[in-house]
Amino acid sequence: MSVTRKERVVRICLVVLFTVLCFFILVPFYAVTISAFKPGEELIRYGLNLRFDLNVMSLDNFVYLFTGDHAYFTWFFNSLLLTVVQVVLTLLISATVAYGFSAYDFRGKNFLFICVLLIMMVPFEILLLPLYKLIFNIGLMNSYSAIVLPSIANAATIFFFRQYLSGLPKELIAAGRVDGATEYGIYVRLILPIMKPSFAAMAILNGMNSWNNFLWPFMVLSNEGKYTLPIGLKTLLTPYGNNYDLLIVGSFFSILPIFLLFIAFQKYFIDGMTAGAVKG
Amino acid sequence: MIKRFLYSQKVAPYVFVLPFVLVFAIFWVYPLLSSFQMSFQQITLGQDSSFARFDNYSKLLTDTVFLKAVVNSAIYMVLTLVILIPFPMLFAVLINNRLMWGREFFKSSFFFPALTSVVVAGTIFRLMFGEMEGSLINSVLGLFGVEPVKFLKGQTTGFVALLSLATWRWTGVNMLYFLSGLKSIPDDYYEAASIDGASSFQKFTRITMPLLKPVTIYVLTISIYAGLAMFIESMMLWNGNNSPKNIGLTIVGYLYRQGIEKNNLGYAAAVGIVLLLITMIINLTQLAFTGLFKKED
Repeated sequence: MSVTRKERVVRICLVVLFTVLCFFILVPFYAVTISAFKPGEELIRYGLNLRFDLNVMSLDNFVYLFTGDHAYFTWFFNSLLLTVVQVVLTLLISATVAYGFSAYDFRGKNFLFICVLLIMMVPFEILLLPLYKLIFNIGLMNSYSAIVLPSIANAATIFFFRQYLSGLPKELIAAGRVDGATEYGIYVRLILPIMKPSFAAMAILNGMNSWNNFLWPFMVLSNEGKYTLPIGLKTLLTPYGNNYDLLIVGSFFSILPIFLLFIAFQKYFIDGMTAGAVKG
Repeated sequence: MIKRFLYSQKVAPYVFVLPFVLVFAIFWVYPLLSSFQMSFQQITLGQDSSFARFDNYSKLLTDTVFLKAVVNSAIYMVLTLVILIPFPMLFAVLINNRLMWGREFFKSSFFFPALTSVVVAGTIFRLMFGEMEGSLINSVLGLFGVEPVKFLKGQTTGFVALLSLATWRWTGVNMLYFLSGLKSIPDDYYEAASIDGASSFQKFTRITMPLLKPVTIYVLTISIYAGLAMFIESMMLWNGNNSPKNIGLTIVGYLYRQGIEKNNLGYAAAVGIVLLLITMIINLTQLAFTGLFKKED
């Protein structure tokens, strides 16, 4: 298709506009990347800046990150462990619940589904204190169960899976019954395999949220050895002396894994993120 | 016998949804009810509590710090709506233009900030908005001959930093929401409009905007929620829950300060209930006004 002169002008304008916007979006990433190569005192003295100066830049921070005496990698692996456990449990349980909602008509179904939607509308923050009190009273303080349990039947994930399953032919379930499979056999052998593609999007969305989750784990965990990465990074910024070298290279290194995952699985990130926006 | 009961078609659905019922009851309903109860008590963790009637609520009404927190949260919410709905919508329409080049690259770049945790993003912005001459924003202002600004010490400039952070993190995500909405608009509509001689602006206001309404309502709903419940952004920018003269204090920040930092759980619970009421009233009004209830299911 040939492009008229007017269309060419439009194209150039669009590309220029988005390049400029993109520049603003990417500047902080550039700043944090080059700062990871600068000594912490630079940051204290000049703040975060864009100066690319090979004279002050070195791999010292990276060497310190990998060999120094600090808990960074303990936090890193805590985050990894917690993310994996949380994603696996949340996905399995939310999918099961979603299947219950989509495959059957049962008494109280609408009421329960409204409860799912309600969760999405009540700010979780107002539950912080009573939940904190509850966790304290049942003795789960400073444990990962306190972080994982409240989120295993995740409302947004249930909602997404239910939407996905609503396109499924009912005949499939009926056929399963004719073949003599039990209700649970049908779910495990017929439905779960079909749901696989939708698991990817939800795994990534839940994984990203879990990896970056801060407030609730911050309230529950008090033992430094159990901290997750965001909490660990936050504690590097204390009123008693900020450990900028480690903070900046650690921040850089905490974005990196999720960044690489994004490059590899872009589609799933975007599917998961926009899952709730368009209905039907 | 038990097995036959559990395996029957009547009982199976309840087995499937049971995990949700349990989690909902234990981690939502119970805490929510206990939050109401706590808000009528004088309570310290690990000690006996005492009934305080409406004391917490009447104290809240005259608490100027709380009022400040509510005003901050409300202003933050309104400004994020003003910035983070029209601009992402416009960008989505522009990037969706058939003449656009490098669409996938730009989409990804816009999305990148959402990958960062608030802790990391907040730290980056705190350092960028540092008060030193050499820190990023001030060094740019310096090019225009502006003296270094102490961003995080002033009300307006503090909010500039806070809103920059929100805009940076969420423009791309909201843009993706609108893009996924645009995908569901058939091309024929635009072709028909072209034949009738409609201008691009007319197509945008007559076709695109009305058909994006469901997405807009969704974005509006989650933005109202997120705006009113904002806390960690402020905590990271000011390196703690204390900003000078409470310029960055939010409702959840105040809840956290009273409940966790001062162990004044009853009072903090009352703050939470007020937040719940504000959120529900605004969102339900908004949903009723935009007519979502009529169309749903």
